[in-house]
Amino acid sequence: MVNLLNLAWLIPLFPFLAFLAVPLFTHRDRKLSHSVVIGGIAVAFVLSQIVFWVAVTHHSELPFESTVVHWLSAGVERFTLGVYIDPAATIMIFMVPLVCMMIFIYSVGYMNFGTDEVDPRYSRFFCYLSLFATGMLGMIVFNNLLTFFIFWEIMGTCSYLLIGFWYEKKYPDPDKITPKGAGLKAFIVTKIGDLFFMLGLALLYAEVDSLAYKDIFNPDTLEHLAHTPFLGTTMATAVAFLLFGGTVGKSAQFPLHVWLPDAMEGPTPVSALIHAATMVSAGVFLVVRMFPILQHIDPSVLALGGIPFVALIGTFTAIFSSIMAVAQDDIKGVLAYSTISQLGYMVAALGIGAYVAGAFHLITHAFFKALLFLSSGSVIHGVEHGHHHAHAHGDHHDEHEEEHEEGEWFNPNDMMNMGGLLKRMPRTATAFIAGGLALSGLPVITAGFWSKDEILAQAWTMNKAVFWTLAVAAGLTAFYTARQLCLTFLGEPRTEAAKHAPESVPSMTVPLLILAVFAICLGWVGIPEGLTGGVIPNWFHHFVGSTIEAHGHEAEHVIRVAGHLSEAVHEFDWTPMLIGTAFGLGGLLLGWLVYGWKPMKAGEMDRVEAGMRKVGLGWLHKAMRNRFYFDDLYDLLFVRTSIGIANLFDLFDYGQPIKQDDGTLVERHGVIDGLINLFGRVGRGLAQISDWFDSKIVDGLVNLIGNAGKLSSQGLDVFDLKVVDGVVNGVGSVVREGGNALRPIQSGRVQNYLLMASMTLVGLIVAFFLIISR
Amino acid sequence: MVPLEWYLVLAAALFCIGTYGVLARRNAVAVLMGVELMLNAVNINLVAFWRYLEPGGATGQAFALFVYAVAAAEAAVGLALIIALWRTRDTVVLEDVDLLQG
Repeated sequence: MVNLLNLAWLIPLFPFLAFLAVPLFTHRDRKLSHSVVIGGIAVAFVLSQIVFWVAVTHHSELPFESTVVHWLSAGVERFTLGVYIDPAATIMIFMVPLVCMMIFIYSVGYMNFGTDEVDPRYSRFFCYLSLFATGMLGMIVFNNLLTFFIFWEIMGTCSYLLIGFWYEKKYPDPDKITPKGAGLKAFIVTKIGDLFFMLGLALLYAEVDSLAYKDIFNPDTLEHLAHTPFLGTTMATAVAFLLFGGTVGKSAQFPLHVWLPDAMEGPTPVSALIHAATMVSAGVFLVVRMFPILQHIDPSVLALGGIPFVALIGTFTAIFSSIMAVAQDDIKGVLAYSTISQLGYMVAALGIGAYVAGAFHLITHAFFKALLFLSSGSVIHGVEHGHHHAHAHGDHHDEHEEEHEEGEWFNPNDMMNMGGLLKRMPRTATAFIAGGLALSGLPVITAGFWSKDEILAQAWTMNKAVFWTLAVAAGLTAFYTARQLCLTFLGEPRTEAAKHAPESVPSMTVPLLILAVFAICLGWVGIPEGLTGGVIPNWFHHFVGSTIEAHGHEAEHVIRVAGHLSEAVHEFDWTPMLIGTAFGLGGLLLGWLVYGWKPMKAGEMDRVEAGMRKVGLGWLHKAMRNRFYFDDLYDLLFVRTSIGIANLFDLFDYGQPIKQDDGTLVERHGVIDGLINLFGRVGRGLAQISDWFDSKIVDGLVNLIGNAGKLSSQGLDVFDLKVVDGVVNGVGSVVREGGNALRPIQSGRVQNYLLMASMTLVGLIVAFFLIISR
Repeated sequence: MVPLEWYLVLAAALFCIGTYGVLARRNAVAVLMGVELMLNAVNINLVAFWRYLEPGGATGQAFALFVYAVAAAEAAVGLALIIALWRTRDTVVLEDVDLLQG
């Protein structure tokens, strides 16, 4: 039975086949393309369910490692490949295909399938989505860090392709980032993290001689890593630090968080899939995977106030980005910052050793954040259509033309342009509210509550500073969620567009409702046993924690967790739960009082902003809205510096004249040109002096001699004219004719030269063989 | 097992396709792609020879990696040239670029 887990091999295969099939065969047929892609993920989903249930029912036999295939050899090194299913991978296998499938189905409606406005690159979109699913699933199921990294990079590429999916889009405001720019930004910023990841892999490989999980998690190896000194610390610390660099990039932790808010330029299903639910959680999953190494680091390295660096980064990111989220007006912007903040939560949890709590929040967050993004996409879609409807006066314009004609660009993402959508889009609103409540951790019923509570409970026992910071972040989360819900759905519509917004098509709303069910109910598998006295078993903790408990004695796959973790769960402490609940409910209530009590009118200034200005904190709100100027700082430090250096090199040699925007060519001269011109001038001056010397003095002498010679040589004139000249002219004309004959060869076209070179080469080779064979 | 000759034939075919692209395509980007094909044909040869003749060492793979690095650099320089060409002359058709004509 447990051998059924071998099916995990096939899970990434079907999305990959779909990815190949779309560009090769089906891309002309939109319906066929999306059917193939959704079919691929559906097969993966069925397989994943089988794997999930087998793994759950045989969890004493986990981690399962399949027959190993030898796939890459370099010299004497051998890399092998197999599947590796442990509880952490199992829950990811449950979550990823399900969320992916919902989002794929949703995309059909979002990309306007079956209407006139269908996206011109519809099939390509599904092709990218499928490749992304391959990356995510492949990353989860295989058994070593090298394939993990490869699939990780595949996802990075998909992220780039999908953020920039509408690459031709331009905004009237030149400071607003375009999809093209956002794609590049995401790619480059995450590459910084990936570089650390890669160095970490190299270091780990150099030390352990293997990248397979079972070799790395071997207790002897871990002990060895923990006691090998390296650059003033231990090898385990260095490896953990470098690998964590990958997480910082991929999961948008401070200081590499800047790419994620801009990634919202991609189509909304992409935001939901990649930049909320799955890909960004890959970074957290890396920490989950590397947890045994994390357990062996020297906790004093880069620590502040007794908090190890992983928890430090996570905690800071959680509070920092939830502050920024309060000041955002873009409906997806709020969610983007909220994602960063929630990822910070998970990282903080893992950093303080709360393995199960971190993994639990990873799963619940994936569901409710995907739900929130998809519903916000549905809202945006509705408002956009409402805008078209409100402005359609008989003639149908292309969306972009219309924007230019109006002269004023309508932003369908701006929550200030919404309001009162509860009546217009009831199904979307229900789903959005379910997701929002889960995010803000509404007690008892929502999934977000249970997972967040578990993190807070762990933080309470480990470190009070972390606990209070996370609790405040939870309060802020509830506040901005309430603000978002009130601004979007309550009150009266603030624009014509919101007044005419239609409910979305069923292919969009049905996935929303399915995800909403998970966003609510999923938390029930992880209710702390201390709370109910064990009436409802904490299934999640038993299953995921079993890696720690059941395999504690076996020599092979031990994942060690700080001893106090299991105690903390059994002795239930009400204090953190009550404080967390107070913060969550307080935030929701405050948000409702500020924004929901009297809904905002059109044109009114944001109330938090108005309030902060009143007490002289307007500058702070502006800083929050402008992301604390981190983007500007990086722009100054890295982008402008690079451009400056490039310009400096450019100064040396401007090759070609530069075409200005108005089409005129401007000649420019750089340092090298200047030097050459200087030499030229000096040479010309010297030449002029020589010229004067030549014409006045030398010529005079020569003429004198010449005249004397002329007189004496007139007799030889005839011989000279006929014979000598004849020879000289003959040589000259032969050269000229020859030159004319050869001139056509010098066409100036590089390809012709290459052709000649190739032909000559072929000729030489033929000649060579003829001579050899003789 | 696939004999060595098959790999060599494949590499030769790929090389010829690449050469054809370099010599006959008018678009500079396509020419660059042709160059990439030629480089990768060489890579196939390197790796195939390594696998069949010297499987103990890592020379063939190391050389293939060098070729990758060179190919990446070449693509970067080539694309920069094409962009410069586009900016100054509004074309990437190589026949229009004959400044060197005698």
